[in-house]
Amino acid sequence: MNDMTPITTTLKDWESDQEVRWCPGCGDYAILKAVQRTLPMVGADPKNTVFVSGIGCSSRFPYYVESYGFHTIHGRAPAFATGVKLANPDLDVWLVTGDGDGMSIGGNHTMHVLRRNLDCQIMLFNNEIYGLTKGQYSPTSRVGTNSPTSPIGSVDRPALPCAFALGAGARFVARGYDISKDLPEVLVAAYNHKGAAFVEIFQNCIVYNKDRFDDFTQKKVADETQVWCRDGEPLLFAKGTKGLALDCDTLSLKVVDVVDGDWQAAGVAVHNVKNRGLAHMLVEMPFGAFPMALGVIYDDPRPTFESEVVAERAKLIEGKTANLAKLLSKGQTWTVEPEASHGLMD
Amino acid sequence: MATITAEHEHEASVQDASPEAVVVRFAGDSGDGMQLTGGQFTLSTALAGNDLATFPDFPAEIRAPQGTLFGVSAFQINFGSSEITTAGDAPDVLVAMNPAALKTNVPALKPGGLVIADTGEFNKRNLEKAKYEVNPLEDGSLAKWDLLAFDISALTLEAVKPFGLGNKEALRCKNMWTLGLALWMFDRDRQPLIDWLKGKFAKNPILADANIAALNAGHAYGETAELAGPLKKLHVDPVPSEPGLYRTITGAEAVSLGLVAGAQLAELPMFFGGYPITPASAILHNLVKMKEFGVTTFQAEDEIAAICAAIGASYAGQLGVTSSSGPGIALKGEAMGLAVMTELPLVIVNSQRGGPSTGLPTKTEQSDLYQAVYGRNGDAPMPVIAACSPADAFECAIEACRIAVQFMTPVVLLTDGYIGNASEPWKVPDPASYKPFPVTFLEETNNPDGKVLPYKRDERGVRPWIKPGTPGLMHRIGGIEKGIDTGDLDYSPAVHQAQTDARKAKIDGVAKALPAQEVCLGEETGKLAVVGWGSTYGPIHQAVRRARKKGLSVSHVHVRHVWPLPENLGDLLKQFDKVLVPEMNTGQFKTVLRDQFLIDAKPLTKTSGQPFTIAELEAAIEEALA
Repeated sequence: MNDMTPITTTLKDWESDQEVRWCPGCGDYAILKAVQRTLPMVGADPKNTVFVSGIGCSSRFPYYVESYGFHTIHGRAPAFATGVKLANPDLDVWLVTGDGDGMSIGGNHTMHVLRRNLDCQIMLFNNEIYGLTKGQYSPTSRVGTNSPTSPIGSVDRPALPCAFALGAGARFVARGYDISKDLPEVLVAAYNHKGAAFVEIFQNCIVYNKDRFDDFTQKKVADETQVWCRDGEPLLFAKGTKGLALDCDTLSLKVVDVVDGDWQAAGVAVHNVKNRGLAHMLVEMPFGAFPMALGVIYDDPRPTFESEVVAERAKLIEGKTANLAKLLSKGQTWTVEPEASHGLMD
Repeated sequence: MATITAEHEHEASVQDASPEAVVVRFAGDSGDGMQLTGGQFTLSTALAGNDLATFPDFPAEIRAPQGTLFGVSAFQINFGSSEITTAGDAPDVLVAMNPAALKTNVPALKPGGLVIADTGEFNKRNLEKAKYEVNPLEDGSLAKWDLLAFDISALTLEAVKPFGLGNKEALRCKNMWTLGLALWMFDRDRQPLIDWLKGKFAKNPILADANIAALNAGHAYGETAELAGPLKKLHVDPVPSEPGLYRTITGAEAVSLGLVAGAQLAELPMFFGGYPITPASAILHNLVKMKEFGVTTFQAEDEIAAICAAIGASYAGQLGVTSSSGPGIALKGEAMGLAVMTELPLVIVNSQRGGPSTGLPTKTEQSDLYQAVYGRNGDAPMPVIAACSPADAFECAIEACRIAVQFMTPVVLLTDGYIGNASEPWKVPDPASYKPFPVTFLEETNNPDGKVLPYKRDERGVRPWIKPGTPGLMHRIGGIEKGIDTGDLDYSPAVHQAQTDARKAKIDGVAKALPAQEVCLGEETGKLAVVGWGSTYGPIHQAVRRARKKGLSVSHVHVRHVWPLPENLGDLLKQFDKVLVPEMNTGQFKTVLRDQFLIDAKPLTKTSGQPFTIAELEAAIEEALA
């Protein structure tokens, strides 16, 4: 986010005239709407908003938002975004990437944009598959994923995007999913975080990895399988009948039953977005034995890259003036006089 | 002498009271401070008003094992009282700080030249490391040269004794001792070096004093030692030059200053994205110190991020610049294509080195011409400019900035390791003498009937530059083929045909705005044109000059704009019976010339990591005309 004055827009103002060309039923439609809902909520200004993407299904996103947009090359969106933001820190920069774009070919740039803490929102659409190239397994595909390049099931161990982000030094890590009504709330928090805000969004690829996330995104199982992380609130799920507590013997989280709503008695932990250790445990919980942690998992800002660059520059140029003639004649010089051929020292 | 004067050729020996040009090579361990010695000698020579050219030659290893053959670092300087355009051929004087330096460098020394050797380093261990079975200073194997061997190590230790340094630190003053001797030999002023040493060791005055003492001792040794013969004082008359203010400049400095000047002339802030690589890093080092000119520097995580960030900055309205050397440019290739496709200004500096792959990081070559002109996927035309000398790199950098912003295109600026590291006197230009080329961003829609047209081309085929942040002009750009004017996704057959044609026509059109190609030495017609580009300028120019003195019909044509080529170049070359193209690769520009003009351009190639010598080129000219 930037510090510009909020302006009033509606969802319609953020729709471009371009025909949206994702497959019918793709989770990307829902994410696009969630973003177009979020932008008016945060008072974003279309003229100061830039969506930057790499390559992949998700990376077509900028074409559909009525703002400035740059569809770049595979995996490199964080680097382009860095140039945009350093050139004009007043711009609101959103990155759109996917599991292949952001975790595989562009993993290096994802790491460095997080470590530097460039002020931007990074939405990683995780569908656990390469969709645009027709269904190969991706760096987040689960072991055993059948695909054209893994006919008897993939053998690679998957990467965990949120754990990767924390490991890279991210100061904001959140999770949501395409059809979640709470996705705009997560995106608002990401926008309001000054610095690199990493949001993993589980997204259903209707064609190549259909219903991959149904075991926690479907209404009938959501209560039992989602724990929403909200700062200062207990980590409860299953309509408050279960919670996450710290197992002091193993220094890990455990699921505990909550009787009659007395979560304190059950030892349920209270979420603290500034607790990095807790964030690590929440993003690494194996799904099945544990619910899926969603919402703002970690949010602890520190100075942004571009503000540090600006401050560094101010320090470097203190007392200097931009005099080109002086710069060109820097160092030891000598003058050749018109009549004499002999050089004189300066 | 190895080098040639403008008016008459003159065979002098090093003993002459006032030779016209002298080539001196300092060689020692890379840890001996040879580059420093050479660099400071360069400065003192320039201050004395001699025209000069330098050629540093250092190992790829940061600190190669001491005393070994591959750890030898050398620095050659050619100075004299006539126009000097190369670092010279064979040295007249070789300063060898150890046996390895002698072994690797003495074959290049002119017969009758002078060897100055530090006997203190010619011990058993060092001789073994250099694979000498017997001491060459004693076995008569150096008979064809004059030899001056004495214990520089011991003399240095003696000179710095009062300062109480440790043995290792004291011996580090050896290079200053040697420099002192060289300054005496060539009648150079010590004061600038004394000032420089005081500044360099401001925090450690004892080291400053010790180094100054060593410098003075070396100088005094030359002056007072009763050494007959070779060590007679040499005086080289200052070169007459155009009146004005001068300084020495390396190619890397010139590129940095030219980029800053170019951005100022475009009235734009500059964004420089770089990643450390030899020999291009110096540009990033320089620009970091020029931030008051609206320069932002970004040391990226890799070469790809460096160019992508620069393109991002260009998109946001700054002048994006990135720089690297061949391997790094290869990594940037895809992003260069995106800059072509999105039509954003960008300057890409390639300080070429020997290749392929890691190749010869610290040696020079011109083998990235194909890469610059053709090395991208798809039809991705891009202007390519080649600097021919350190000073010319300043002009070329400005030119690259100008074309980039005026034509909304990436531009490649080619230099090489030789230009980057070499230094020469530079007449400091007056910034006011350059015509500004301020950029105008589109501020209001160019389409009264509807939404903005980011790819609406003007009569030169150039699209408008629109900065994010501009009200009402929101639009999307990207690497996918785009519709005419609108920039909306469109890869229908007719559109791709039209846009490919438009991109090509735009770059072809750059040639229309270029000055006509001139002949830089000789007539516009004749038996032979020697066509060069880049850093071969110096040796070609001297060789052509020599051949012309012998009455041969030969001219020198040196091409700055290697893509698109100047419009008259083909017709010009067709005025010659023969065309010879010397280049430090296997014949890349020769192929471009043949392809573009259907002329029978003949190659003269060299890929040893060393620049052409004048003698090699002269021989080739004579052979071509035989």
